Amino acid sequence: MSNNRESLFSAKNRKLLLTPLSKENPITIQVLGICSALAVTVKLQPAFVMAVSVMAVLAVGNVLISALRKTIAPRIRIIVQLVVIASLVILVDQVLKAFVYDISKQLSVFVGLIITNCIIMGRFEAFAMSNKPWPAFLDGIGNAAGYGLILIIVAFFRELFGSGTLWGYKVIPQGFYEFGYKDNGLMILPPMALIVVGIIIWVQRSKDKELIEDK
Amino acid sequence: MFTNRYIFTYSSVMVILVAAILSTASMVLKPYQEANIRAEKIQGILASANIQTSRKDAEENFRKHILEEIAVDTAGNVVMKTTDGKTEWTKEGEKIKNAVKYTRPFDINLKEELALEEEARQGKATRSPIFPLFKMKNNGKEYYVVPVRGTGLWGPIWGNIAFEKDFNTIAGATFDHKGETPGLGAEIKTAWFEDEFKGKTIFDKDRHFVSVAVVKGGVKNSNIPLIHGVDAISGGTITSHGVDKMLRTCLKNYVPYIEKNIQ
Repeated sequence: MSNNRESLFSAKNRKLLLTPLSKENPITIQVLGICSALAVTVKLQPAFVMAVSVMAVLAVGNVLISALRKTIAPRIRIIVQLVVIASLVILVDQVLKAFVYDISKQLSVFVGLIITNCIIMGRFEAFAMSNKPWPAFLDGIGNAAGYGLILIIVAFFRELFGSGTLWGYKVIPQGFYEFGYKDNGLMILPPMALIVVGIIIWVQRSKDKELIEDK
Repeated sequence: MFTNRYIFTYSSVMVILVAAILSTASMVLKPYQEANIRAEKIQGILASANIQTSRKDAEENFRKHILEEIAVDTAGNVVMKTTDGKTEWTKEGEKIKNAVKYTRPFDINLKEELALEEEARQGKATRSPIFPLFKMKNNGKEYYVVPVRGTGLWGPIWGNIAFEKDFNTIAGATFDHKGETPGLGAEIKTAWFEDEFKGKTIFDKDRHFVSVAVVKGGVKNSNIPLIHGVDAISGGTITSHGVDKMLRTCLKNYVPYIEKNIQ
């Protein structure tokens, strides 16, 4: 019995967890979830809480969908997926409002917008519908981490150059401002998030030649 | 293969199950959420009068610092008054006493009253709107705290303005919002923006109500006197306009009361 059982963290399962961080990153490679990457990355803190919330929804949702996968009729699978996402997001939102009110306030509408995050539907459809719950769970954690990683990198640069702070604390010394340094107003506007994501994609591709298409 | 009957049953069961889970969650969590919202409202009122409190001690601190909760109508009359937990309706208040369900000025729903005020100006309001006013004391000084409410870019914005005893000089202001953009409009709740309001006055030297303007491009570069204006937020133009409009529409409701009772 125990021979044909895969260990919880076999090489295959580890791969599920780790490739979304780089080679299959949902944002930089699959270009999903861009919309929220623009909206919540002006400051580090909301970006971080958003990443954690997406992780909770994606991991639990993947497990649920995967557990139900044999009972879901293909014709209504998208509806079932949507119902699962929407109810999880509402639950997360309600729990945040009741017990961590401050964080919930910071994220405001963006928690609700997790429903429209393409990564979640993407993973349900591409992975959870055809895999067992445990790999689906790892896949959920991995993809949410890959998403969160990019969010945090983007937010790091936008907050540092846009507001001169990190996690709300001033990091650029006052002296700089006296010498005429100014926070870059463009950094806090959405287009800059796209440009930063673009730069990340560029760096990633020039390091990993496998990612470059033949033509 | 899945039959139609299966699909219908499956979706019905799923929907009922989800509805049950969500409504249970909502019912169980509601008291916690409402306590949070109430405590936050108190926190905002206290913070505008420069009294910092944690959410847990909010109720207690409120009792300690409040002198009087008052409701005023747009003619400047006091209609309702709560001191030490006891509420009294005045002669003017008797008229609307039965039309409202408020038991104390703290509970007044500002959104409804502002809508009513709008209707009243078009002549189709069912009753006269009333607005809450909090008399606070802190370190031997008295403050009038006025709650304000308006709209930003994505949703409602609100706040509290504390005035010195003259009901003209702003002693402190706090703002909050439902969902303004982080880093842009959401900056209205940061200290640098709120602190700008300290020391500004809402009446000019002829005692005309001028409110405090939120000026795009900076007060210094505009023709508004420094004492009646603050700088807007770069990139948060619509939210800044919202704050400007909110102050104007909400504070003007207290002008008759101020003219009658203070100066």
